Amino acid sequence: MSVLPDRYEMVIGLEVHTHLKTASKLFSPAPVQYGKEPNHSVYPIDLAMPGVLPVLNERVVELSIRLGLAIHATVNPYSVFARKNYFYPDLPKGYQISQFEEPVVSEGWLDIEVEVAENAESGSTGTGKEKKKKKGAAPNFERKRIGITRAHIEEDAGKSIHDVSIAGSEDSCIDLNRAGVPLLEIVSEPDLRSAQEATAYLRALRSILRYLGVSDADMEKGQFRCDANVSLRLRGAPEFGTRTEIKNLNSFTNVEDAIEAEALRQLELIEDGEDVVQATMAYDPERHRTSVMRLKENSDDYRYFPDPDLIPLRIDSAQIEAVREALPELPEEKRNRFEGEYALSAYDAGVLTATRSLADFFEATARDCGAPKVAANWITRDVLRELKERECELEDLSLTPGMLGKLIALVEEGRLTARSASQLFPYLVSDGGDPETLMVERGLEAVSDVGAIDGFVDEVISANADVVEQVRDGDDKPLNFLMGQVMKASQGKAEPGQVRKALADKIRG
Amino acid sequence: MGQAESLLAGGLAEIREGLDRGDATSSEIVEASLARIEKTAALTVVVSTRAESALAEAESASKRIAAGQALSPLDGIPVLLKDNIVHAGEPATCSSRILENFVSPYDSTVVERLQAAGAILVGRANMDEFAMGSSTENSIHGPSHNPWKLDHACGGSSGGSAGAVAAGLVPIALGSDTGGSIRQPASFCGVVGVKPTYGRVSRWGLVAFASSLDQIGPLGRRVSDCAAALQVIGGHDPRDSTSVPEPLPSLVNALTGNVEGLTIGLPEEYFVEEGVDPAVLARVREAIAELEAAGAKTVPVSLPNSPNTIATYYVIATAEASSNLARFDGVRYGRRADKVKDLEDLYMRSRSEGFGAEVKRRILLGTYVLSAGYYDAYYGQAQRVRTLIRRDFEHAFETCDVIATPTMPETAFALGAKADDPLSMYLSDIYTVSANLAGLPALSMPCGLADGMPVGLQLIGKSLDEATILRVGDALERRTDHHAARPPEIA
Repeated sequence: MSVLPDRYEMVIGLEVHTHLKTASKLFSPAPVQYGKEPNHSVYPIDLAMPGVLPVLNERVVELSIRLGLAIHATVNPYSVFARKNYFYPDLPKGYQISQFEEPVVSEGWLDIEVEVAENAESGSTGTGKEKKKKKGAAPNFERKRIGITRAHIEEDAGKSIHDVSIAGSEDSCIDLNRAGVPLLEIVSEPDLRSAQEATAYLRALRSILRYLGVSDADMEKGQFRCDANVSLRLRGAPEFGTRTEIKNLNSFTNVEDAIEAEALRQLELIEDGEDVVQATMAYDPERHRTSVMRLKENSDDYRYFPDPDLIPLRIDSAQIEAVREALPELPEEKRNRFEGEYALSAYDAGVLTATRSLADFFEATARDCGAPKVAANWITRDVLRELKERECELEDLSLTPGMLGKLIALVEEGRLTARSASQLFPYLVSDGGDPETLMVERGLEAVSDVGAIDGFVDEVISANADVVEQVRDGDDKPLNFLMGQVMKASQGKAEPGQVRKALADKIRG
Repeated sequence: MGQAESLLAGGLAEIREGLDRGDATSSEIVEASLARIEKTAALTVVVSTRAESALAEAESASKRIAAGQALSPLDGIPVLLKDNIVHAGEPATCSSRILENFVSPYDSTVVERLQAAGAILVGRANMDEFAMGSSTENSIHGPSHNPWKLDHACGGSSGGSAGAVAAGLVPIALGSDTGGSIRQPASFCGVVGVKPTYGRVSRWGLVAFASSLDQIGPLGRRVSDCAAALQVIGGHDPRDSTSVPEPLPSLVNALTGNVEGLTIGLPEEYFVEEGVDPAVLARVREAIAELEAAGAKTVPVSLPNSPNTIATYYVIATAEASSNLARFDGVRYGRRADKVKDLEDLYMRSRSEGFGAEVKRRILLGTYVLSAGYYDAYYGQAQRVRTLIRRDFEHAFETCDVIATPTMPETAFALGAKADDPLSMYLSDIYTVSANLAGLPALSMPCGLADGMPVGLQLIGKSLDEATILRVGDALERRTDHHAARPPEIA
């Protein structure tokens, strides 16, 4: 699984920047809008006009508390906004308001599901703080705990546009719509040991952020961005190697590829007896290579100091409790509940709780049809396949849990064969409708009338005398062939149980 | 002299009475104010006017007043803003080349409140560039001249505001005070200047110098004039996170004239002969004796961390300034250098050409004290000392109600006298900066002349207790006529 020789292991820590789901910016009443004409979501505060002052958006505090609770972290009663000073045209004030020494959230963790090779020895994938073999999971998954050092609130910068075709001239242009959008920077411990663990962590984190309504975390919109700190060491070595930081990874594929490319670059240096130098790296997905952007020793001095325009952020326990009470069920809790309440496999429970909408869809379907395991099969197999093929979201389908529930119920009641249900399913997905009405309209109702089934069975028996002979001699295999023939004759509508019974009765008496 | 002119030569109270009695209209007063501003242009205390809008607003005010519907004690009264307080559609140069052609797109809170109270904003006052200086010489508009002696400085940085009130151009001007920038020029120009408690007046729309120290306040001829103006501009503002939530009490009602039983603390560190003009100290002692005669008691108090205040102030103020002034980068507004080669050239040249020497000096100092490896020794240490200074005052106020000191160790100096010696200029802030570091309200009021130049008495109050310093100042004013003294050169 690793791109490295066995004696080496990667040590990875991730910094995630996620946009918070707020109506207005972090310190300005300007609305947060995506895809708006450049500089049309900008107030005097966002332009850093002389004399403007920041006022904290209280919603951001609530969302930060939500995340803090969800990752089992400490929500600090006292945190401080600091200025990070540097000059860049997309940073209007000449400083970014962030949190430095005293972040709002510290010391949490997140469990991820890590795939392990069939023959891998326990423990070979890392040294997470807590690890336990998970019972009932697909055999090659295990749960690993990833530490989260801190999460702090900060504002996003604007965008510099250097592309002539967009900027319309040789000059660089600046779009400040994004300037001041609230972010949480979530910093993990260096607990990740492979590129796959890194993306598993990112997926788990993104899932939590979405569950909580903290962030839409849409990577394409730049709402969920990742920097990766990567170093190598000999497996079992107590010390970390020298790390580099890969900046601005904006897709899961890029995260995995960039980490592996960087690990290979470092491996080459180490094998050649050279030193890895602390640096900030950029990843070029076209060439599948990382390259040095700047060396750390040349790094800027940001001259952090507490922002005198803002008072320290104080959060009391009553506020934390209020948020805790309103907290929705989190993926992990939901997964455990699905395993217990619906007797699902760990794998199915994991798949169905990947997003809150999928989990809700499943629960509504299960409730409507009264057959949770069947519902789980339909969703993990058929619904997810449709989403993948159509490259769309659950909400984009015409299919509702009510429709799927009824479809399953019709099968369970024996009024619709599985085959007919599969025929109806695509129509429900693209156009919706009442499954029962559709079934009747299309004449797909299962034939359970004994006379009709007998007719089909007699027809097939007389047309396949030699096969019937084999069955009579005690060979069960051809029975399936005969079954298929009857189903075919009935255009899939004959109720299979009755067909099997009729065949057995008639052939073997 | 016409009726409006003679009213204007008085103060807020005289103009108010005249307006309410119908002796003159707001339009006439505003016209007289604008005419006087034009006539005294050589003082360079006013840097821009908005005659047309002011006169239009005065017309409405005149009608309101005639109908007996004055909005506030400031209705129809001409008021001047320091050039670092933004007003939508008006310039705000902050006396800097980098904002030479800048026009603010929005209003400061104090402008909103003044306009809601009917005040007529006639124009903008000269200042030291970005409020950095104590002479109003660091200005693209040229130095302001002290109405008492034209070749002398008005003080600064709110020198234009103080000079304009002293010269009778307006009864009220707003200034800003970061280390004494209202009180020092008030002292030099023989007017009253009030620096409210930090957070009492919203900083929304005040171009920041040092955010944790800056505070807007009024300058006027009398303590009661300033109380009326502070009543209008003060009070909580949700747009300033550092604005205090406590409501502003009625300041006018606080002016009882009675100081009986009140205790005035005299910091022993400040009443030493060394480094102070003896005539200044004499005037201040006379004022205190007057208050004692009115029934106040005096007690010695100690502010042991006084020797550290200047250093502490210049570390904190420059650190914040270096960051606050980063936004002036030539990118979005303000001056941008011509024909730049690249981004670095744009920053370097726009800022090199745009900022004056004193501003550059402070940006460099501030950048240094925040830099890696020095932060704790300078900025961190200064914050710790700041806490000690605050505690000194808390301790002193256990035994007294107000603290009295000279505002400045000297009277106004000649223009150019300290231009080459920034350190001596910094050191003369010794009595004023501690009130900013501790966030306390303080005022300066005239207490007589020394060699023909005004001397200022400083009163420092407990946090949020503007009422008491105003009461003491007003009581002193009622017993003396220092406030009635007028600059001879332009009378």
